[in-house]
Amino acid sequence: MFKSGNWQNAIDVRDFVLKNVTPYDGEGEFLCDASARTKHLWQLCLTAISEERANNGVLGIDNEVVSGITSHGPGYIDQEHELIVGLQTDQLLKRAMKPYGGIAVVEKACQEHGLEVSDRVKDIFNNYAKTHNDGVFDVYTPEIRLFRSLGILTGLPDNYARGRIIGDYRRVALYGTDRLIEAKKLDMLGLIGPMTDERIRLREEVAEQIKALGQLRELGAIYGLDLSRPAQSAQEAVQWVYLSYLAAVKEQDGAAMSLGNVSSFLDIYMEHDLQLGLIDENYAQELIDQFVMKLRMVRHLRMDAYNEIFAGDPTWVTEAIGGRLADGRHKVTKTSFRFLQTLYNLGPSPEPNMTILWSNSLPEGFKKFCAQVSIDTSSIQYENDDLMQCTRNSDDYGIACCVSFQEIGKQIQFFGARTNLAKTLLLAINGGRCEMTGKQVLHNIPELKSDLLDLEEVMSNFRLAMKEVGRVYNDAMNIIHYMHDKYYYEKLQMALVDTNPKVNLAYGAAGLSIVADSLSAIKHAKVQVVRNEAGISTDFKIEGDFPCYGNDDDRVDVFAKEIPAYFNKLLKELPTYKNAEPTLSILTITSNVVYGKKTGATPDGRAQGVAFAPGANPMHGRDKSGALASLSSVAKIDYKDSLDGISNTFSIVPKTLGADMEQRKENLVSIMDGYFSKDAHHLNVNVLNREMLEDAMEHPENYPQLTIRVSGYAVNFVRLTRAQQQDVIARSFFETI
Amino acid sequence: MLNVHSIESLGTFDGPGIRLVFFLQGCNFKCLYCANPDTIAFEGGNPYATEDLVAMARRQQPFFGKKGGITVSGGEPLIQAKGLIELFKALKEAGFHTCIDTNGSLLNDDVKELLDYTDLVLLDIKQAQEERHRKLTGRSNARTLAFADYLAQRGKATWIRYVLVPGYSDAEEDLHALGQRLKDMHNVEKLEIQPYHKLGVHKYASLGWEYALSDVPANTAEALLKAKALFQAYVPEVVIN
Ligand code: SF4
Repeated sequence: MFKSGNWQNAIDVRDFVLKNVTPYDGEGEFLCDASARTKHLWQLCLTAISEERANNGVLGIDNEVVSGITSHGPGYIDQEHELIVGLQTDQLLKRAMKPYGGIAVVEKACQEHGLEVSDRVKDIFNNYAKTHNDGVFDVYTPEIRLFRSLGILTGLPDNYARGRIIGDYRRVALYGTDRLIEAKKLDMLGLIGPMTDERIRLREEVAEQIKALGQLRELGAIYGLDLSRPAQSAQEAVQWVYLSYLAAVKEQDGAAMSLGNVSSFLDIYMEHDLQLGLIDENYAQELIDQFVMKLRMVRHLRMDAYNEIFAGDPTWVTEAIGGRLADGRHKVTKTSFRFLQTLYNLGPSPEPNMTILWSNSLPEGFKKFCAQVSIDTSSIQYENDDLMQCTRNSDDYGIACCVSFQEIGKQIQFFGARTNLAKTLLLAINGGRCEMTGKQVLHNIPELKSDLLDLEEVMSNFRLAMKEVGRVYNDAMNIIHYMHDKYYYEKLQMALVDTNPKVNLAYGAAGLSIVADSLSAIKHAKVQVVRNEAGISTDFKIEGDFPCYGNDDDRVDVFAKEIPAYFNKLLKELPTYKNAEPTLSILTITSNVVYGKKTGATPDGRAQGVAFAPGANPMHGRDKSGALASLSSVAKIDYKDSLDGISNTFSIVPKTLGADMEQRKENLVSIMDGYFSKDAHHLNVNVLNREMLEDAMEHPENYPQLTIRVSGYAVNFVRLTRAQQQDVIARSFFETI
Repeated sequence: MLNVHSIESLGTFDGPGIRLVFFLQGCNFKCLYCANPDTIAFEGGNPYATEDLVAMARRQQPFFGKKGGITVSGGEPLIQAKGLIELFKALKEAGFHTCIDTNGSLLNDDVKELLDYTDLVLLDIKQAQEERHRKLTGRSNARTLAFADYLAQRGKATWIRYVLVPGYSDAEEDLHALGQRLKDMHNVEKLEIQPYHKLGVHKYASLGWEYALSDVPANTAEALLKAKALFQAYVPEVVIN
């Protein structure tokens, strides 16, 4: 029924897409509204969501059963109306325990909601089973612990699941579990001796994967579906993909668990059924609406503290939409439009985290539709497909977490949160001591000769400090991923990835704009350190003007470009677990607020405790030449030095984009074309009114679905803490004079 | 060399498409409602070399799309017409769309030459009736209207901008008077009604000036629509900005 190709001989979904996809050049006029069934189901979801909010953010917790692929019986929203079935537990929004990341976290999360983990589970995980968290802390060095506690390294996935790995969920629809098991068994036969550590580990991993595929088949059976065979209709294709994803989020509670790039794949089945008259457009939209509805209902059990780094209870079900094929055709399909249409049919939402793979050669109709969706919902983000394709050599990739390239089914990624570069700069100024506590952190940093800062001297110390921080960071990452593989291996996701894939090690850095502005101040103005009796910097006196990052001014932008390049180079020199390739991101998620709290005054004039700018954004209020100059500054950071992604958030009031919708769409398309043709990597687009956000702070109940984008992902504004809300509002809304 | 008050890289109300806007320092008017009073004084501002401004335009070119380009505004840019000739010549050579936002009070040989390199003029007419113009700006409107005639005679593409100030420029006679002036000017492509707002008022306090229109309310939606309908009888395209 489909065009033949290598996909029939080997597990090769890309080939199937290449041979069968129908690129669509038109506009969105064919799209349908939500059906009555969909509306009915969504209403039930909205009610559950509002109960959840009223109940301190958690509707229910299963404190008896440890979550796994087949741990729970079937769950429904309202079975007779559901075209796509499957919930994580037997009840909508009820959260499940996944203690393999760490039992203490699960106990805490339960207690925060007035529950105790059942005695049986407590007994097992405290007395018999070992967790990822146990493993990591058995091995952590005193140095790593110190870096963690002082906030030089934060958000490390050492007490929660690392996530980021994307299973190729399309494989289950295309091949069925039987064929996938067969292929893995064949791989296993090839994994012969000598039985080195690596080889033994890999054999064990593949064995786990095979078991997981068997369990996935069982999960199908729980819902009366036969996943052992390929999907045979559009409805089955969507259902098979969803159940595979569901199996992953039943087994794991990774910080970010992306969906991949399923829309152009699913479109092939849609087109097929539509051509044969088996379904109509209304039904096709219903399938996608109901699929997306289910993705919006994914929940993980988290402690409140987790919210500080990853605000708003995100799950990062990131779906990459659009982009081009290596043969020059684009991958925009009608189902790309259908995914975006869910933001109208079900209203705006942070999840799934829809990411447009933007190429200047995408069809105009699609570009304008995306712009319109951004203006209406602020729920989508954009990444540079031209840049990623030519740098990473693949046209079949998804976005892991917020902004990171990941070739689907061929590569995976080890997530590593981030380090604080602004604080690292302060270590360089304080002889290696922490500016907040006075503790000696680094031992090889000379005291500065003069308190009137000299760029050469500061840079020389800063380089030493970056090297030391990089070394400790690398140690922590190797330990974390070794232990995660050992105690909390992602067996289902890895079953949907080639055996022994390429691994990227995803480091991250925060505080880049502060570092750039600080170095600019030191170079172009006079900066004098103010120290306390212990000799620790408490403030900086600045005399004279200096250019700030965000004004398209090379005198300072050069620092924003060179620092990540240098740090990345340092990281690349260090040995990695599983020979992973180091990559760096300039990304903060919402942790820019926490970072600010943990960082003393900096030489750019930022006071102690003030929030960082998110991701690679310039500090707010310092970009004085308007939004595009700010974008141009960020575009100068070289993607090759930060292959894990360079996140930029662009917030603008609708009026500033133009007088009417037509102009706004046109201008937003021009902005994106311009930004990405400058080889920029990522852009979050918020089109919002300040008044609306202020009102939403006071009356959250009126804005249950208000979505805003923050550094690589979208969140429900009303689920942010008050400090985070204030930070978002204070940050530059670009309003022209 | 130009004396620049500030630069806005994302101008969306200053000509077609996305504009890089150079706000020049200094104005020969002192309109009661001026939203940029800090650009009026001739002191202040920062000197910019032509090459630097052209380089800035080149860097921003990718954002311009099919329609965008560079707009000079102010203050009153034509006061620096000599410097602008050099800038616009260079910009035109580089293939940019150029635009001037002016109060039309200066028409000398430099200005005439500058218009050779100008693709579009945004002409701010504050009031078509002389007496009421004086009240609003402290000056006669004769020069501005002559400027409009000159543009018409040259066939220079022009958008008229008109701030609708309640009580000062929103009477029906005001609108008809302006419409009458414009109706035979085939170079006028568009009229932009600019709603009156007080967003610049805080700047008056920091300049130590008094804001004379504190009691003037914002336009009502009806008033804006009515003005639009009225102008449509005279000008091919009327928009509310
Ligand atoms: S002409 Fe323009 S800049 Fe000059 S005072 Fe009037 S409104 Fe202000």
